[in-house]
Amino acid sequence: MFGLTAKNTRLLFLVIFLVAFAPFLMNPFPADSAMAQFNAGYPDLMQRFVIFGIFAIGFNILFGLTGYLSFGHAAFLGVGSYAGVWMFKLLGMNVIPAIAASVLVAGLLSVVIGYICLRRSGIYFSILTLAFAQMMFALAASVLTPITGGETGLTLSLSDPRILGAAAVDGNIPVPSFFGLEMRSTYELAVGGWSFSFNTGYYFCAIIMVLAFYASIRIFQSPFGLMLRAIKTNQTRLNYTGLNSRPYTLAAFVISGMYAGLAGGLMVAMDPLAGAERMFWTASGEVVIMTILGGAGTMIGPVLGAGAIKYMENIVSKINKAVLEQWFAFMPDGMEKAFVTVFDMFTGKGWHLTLGVVFMLVIIFLPGGLVEGGQRIKGLFSRKKAQDTPSDAAKTPAE
Amino acid sequence: MAILEIKNVGKRFGGLQALGDVNLSVAENTVHAIIGPNGAGKSTLLNCLVGKLIPDTGSVTFQGQSLLGRKPHEINQMGVSRVFQTPEIFADLTVMENIMIPCFAHRDGSFKMNAFAAVRGQGDIKDQAEAILDDVNMLEKRDMHAASLSRGDKRRLEMAMCLVQEPKLLLLDEPTAGMARADTNNTIDLLKEIKEKRDITMAIIEHDMHVVFSMAERITVLAQGTPLVEDTPDNIKGHPKVREAYLGEAQV
Amino acid sequence: MEAIVLQLLSGLDGGSAYALIALGLTLIFGTLGVVNFAHGALFMIGSFCTVVLQRILSSSYTIIDESQKDFLGNPLKVQVPYMQDWFGEAASASIIDWSVPLAIIFAIPVMLVIGIVMERGLIKHFYKRPHADQILVTFGLAIVLQEIIKYFFGANPIPAPAPDAFKGSFDFGQLLGFEANRIIYPYWRLVYFGFAALIITGVFAFLQFTTFGMVVRAGMADRETVGLLGIDIDKRFTMMFGLAAVVAGLAGVMYTPINSPNYHMGMDFLVISFVVVVVGGMGSLPGAVLAGFVLGILQSFASMREVIEFLPGINQVVIYLAAIVILLTRPRGLLGKRGVMED
Repeated sequence: MFGLTAKNTRLLFLVIFLVAFAPFLMNPFPADSAMAQFNAGYPDLMQRFVIFGIFAIGFNILFGLTGYLSFGHAAFLGVGSYAGVWMFKLLGMNVIPAIAASVLVAGLLSVVIGYICLRRSGIYFSILTLAFAQMMFALAASVLTPITGGETGLTLSLSDPRILGAAAVDGNIPVPSFFGLEMRSTYELAVGGWSFSFNTGYYFCAIIMVLAFYASIRIFQSPFGLMLRAIKTNQTRLNYTGLNSRPYTLAAFVISGMYAGLAGGLMVAMDPLAGAERMFWTASGEVVIMTILGGAGTMIGPVLGAGAIKYMENIVSKINKAVLEQWFAFMPDGMEKAFVTVFDMFTGKGWHLTLGVVFMLVIIFLPGGLVEGGQRIKGLFSRKKAQDTPSDAAKTPAE
Repeated sequence: MAILEIKNVGKRFGGLQALGDVNLSVAENTVHAIIGPNGAGKSTLLNCLVGKLIPDTGSVTFQGQSLLGRKPHEINQMGVSRVFQTPEIFADLTVMENIMIPCFAHRDGSFKMNAFAAVRGQGDIKDQAEAILDDVNMLEKRDMHAASLSRGDKRRLEMAMCLVQEPKLLLLDEPTAGMARADTNNTIDLLKEIKEKRDITMAIIEHDMHVVFSMAERITVLAQGTPLVEDTPDNIKGHPKVREAYLGEAQV
Repeated sequence: MEAIVLQLLSGLDGGSAYALIALGLTLIFGTLGVVNFAHGALFMIGSFCTVVLQRILSSSYTIIDESQKDFLGNPLKVQVPYMQDWFGEAASASIIDWSVPLAIIFAIPVMLVIGIVMERGLIKHFYKRPHADQILVTFGLAIVLQEIIKYFFGANPIPAPAPDAFKGSFDFGQLLGFEANRIIYPYWRLVYFGFAALIITGVFAFLQFTTFGMVVRAGMADRETVGLLGIDIDKRFTMMFGLAAVVAGLAGVMYTPINSPNYHMGMDFLVISFVVVVVGGMGSLPGAVLAGFVLGILQSFASMREVIEFLPGINQVVIYLAAIVILLTRPRGLLGKRGVMED
């Protein structure tokens, strides 16, 4: 269906199902239960799931397919954010021009940066992209303050022109909307002890993510995608097969840059402010981690990775000492203290430690990420079921 | 008629004169071997032909067009394919995907932004790829990972990848290096079969005299970066200069 | 003229730190072929060795001093460092005062152990994996190390001052015949530069004149051949990793008075150090040192007011700009060998 193989269609429907029912799936616990802290069905958190999903899907088109490890992709996200806010300031609060401008500006920038960086490969490419991103971060935080708002960030103000829309509504700055449909509007549904939020902004982002995911599947199964995978496995052979790898890698770079710009645009469509810290190299590192944690080079991996990281960031960082003490209260005193101390290292403010440890474990033991893990578990079960027929799961490439 | 013309080609690496003054012409539809002891400049010469190295002096023309300054992929698109000493294939892809890539390159040129069509939907490419796989008896291995092929099969796959582009000139860099005798003979048979089936010129760089004398129609002996002699295999066999060049090497 | 001398001088200490970190990075890349993103973390851990030693030296117990009263009339609680009991008041004060240089002795074994454990426990398993995997796993390690330090020492910088003897500045201008107080340079920065020069000389001498160094140099040139000679190169490479860790650690120890230790300083320095390595030439030790100083001085010149007025923001980006230009025009770097990761 939709020009996809049966397997990829199933994958697409899985993603559609997940994002459509996310408000239910993310809030499995009653609002007043002890487990409510594991709920993640808040509008802003769900928005972040899908926005970072888009960012990671795009990054995966470059890194997963061609193997070029960019350490500067946050620059495109940041530039996209700035472009989006400027559209809000100049044109009006409709999100469409803002997002279009984000994609366009990020795309143009990635043509320039990609053209230069792709003249080198391997670690040199990584360092060049890192250098560019750091340069842009430094400039955005200092000299370019008139355009970027410097360290405080770029925000809307009442004096903005907004030539296509109202400059002010009831004396306040208007909020981002899709032809009048406000992004922040939320419908709350209470069923028994449960409460679910259906947020316009979330569904707007979710629809765009599904489209972005669909586009990425199409790219994966296209001749273009095949060439990108060929670049990853043997660039020499590709060149001696009469194919010019440069335009292929540049196209992949620009596409992934535009995905990053799209993510940046959606970020400001949800919350119209942009700061330079979005371009800092740790932000680039984060998308690398998401993609690899989920499974680089697989279609669904980046989506899973982005979800897992953002969930961890929000939930693990909320578990503070008081919560831990409550959890381990049933233990004898000394034991409780020991458990709380150990867990406290990894939760609350220490969630980055959890992130680092999980990331290292994945790289060491599970280079294919969560998707590979899933396949291994599946392989384990199917081998048990049919012991004499050798399983194909280990041989087929991750998809 | 000469399909490949090499005139006064020289190449220096720092203080080392890798190629002195090489003049060589390869006639169309022949198998031309270039032999010589280690360090004679065979590989350097080959790299100058495919665009990996640019010679300091001289000219290289293929079918009347200069090859100098062109990139490897441009030279390939002109009809020159290369087989490597150790087979260069796309190890992470399946056999079928390996063979489809040169099919695309042959049909679409060096770059085509074909991002929304499905690979599956390209019937002509699929037919072409299956035909050539059938030709080299690898059709039943089409879904195997190229990395898991035997060395012999990797070599066949690489040859098939080159042939599917219908090259006019096939450059072979020690195609039997490191092979057992049986594999070597298989490769010779494969090459002979290829030669019989189509109009193709082959230039072989080779160490193994058995391979050279069982296939080549012309032989050029390279020593210290310059051609010593060029002649038919029969005349080369007893040539005193060749014996001299190979002194201490395997007996001819 | 004065301004130029001043910028040259102030470029030297930043350049020294870059050079030391880049030297260690290059040692690791050259010998083990590993791109170590956790090297900045080693620099940071070195800095925290100073903090730890400072805390150990000034660890104290509380006594109630009846002779002193606080404003409520209660006896005052006084912290007495253990050192004071052992060495007397004056000696213990000066030991604590000298804790930064003393930390060198403390940091060498600590860093050596950390380096060796890192190599044996983790890096060893990544020799045969792609560079991307090496970057990623060391990047993960860097996050872990940084977060552990953050957990134990908090997010705020911890000051670790230089010994009193080195406080104040040296009037360089007068020495060169300029007016007094025009070109002044803090003593400690001078010390840092001298220290860096010493370490760099030491590393080079070690590689040049010892058998160990000879084998390592041979290994850098051609690892497999040395392996074929039957020399246990792996053990030597482990030691090399330890050495690189020590160099990074010591660079961190001595840098504490210039920049108070904080958990993210490693990452800050790492990005620039990579640029330094690339500019100098991947795998070239003299290149790393040269590029460290060149970029340090370049950055210092770019920070001159006259330059910033002419090219706003140049001080922020000059190092990256230099790297981009170098990578595009001379990919093997200033002194890099031909063919080392040139593509």
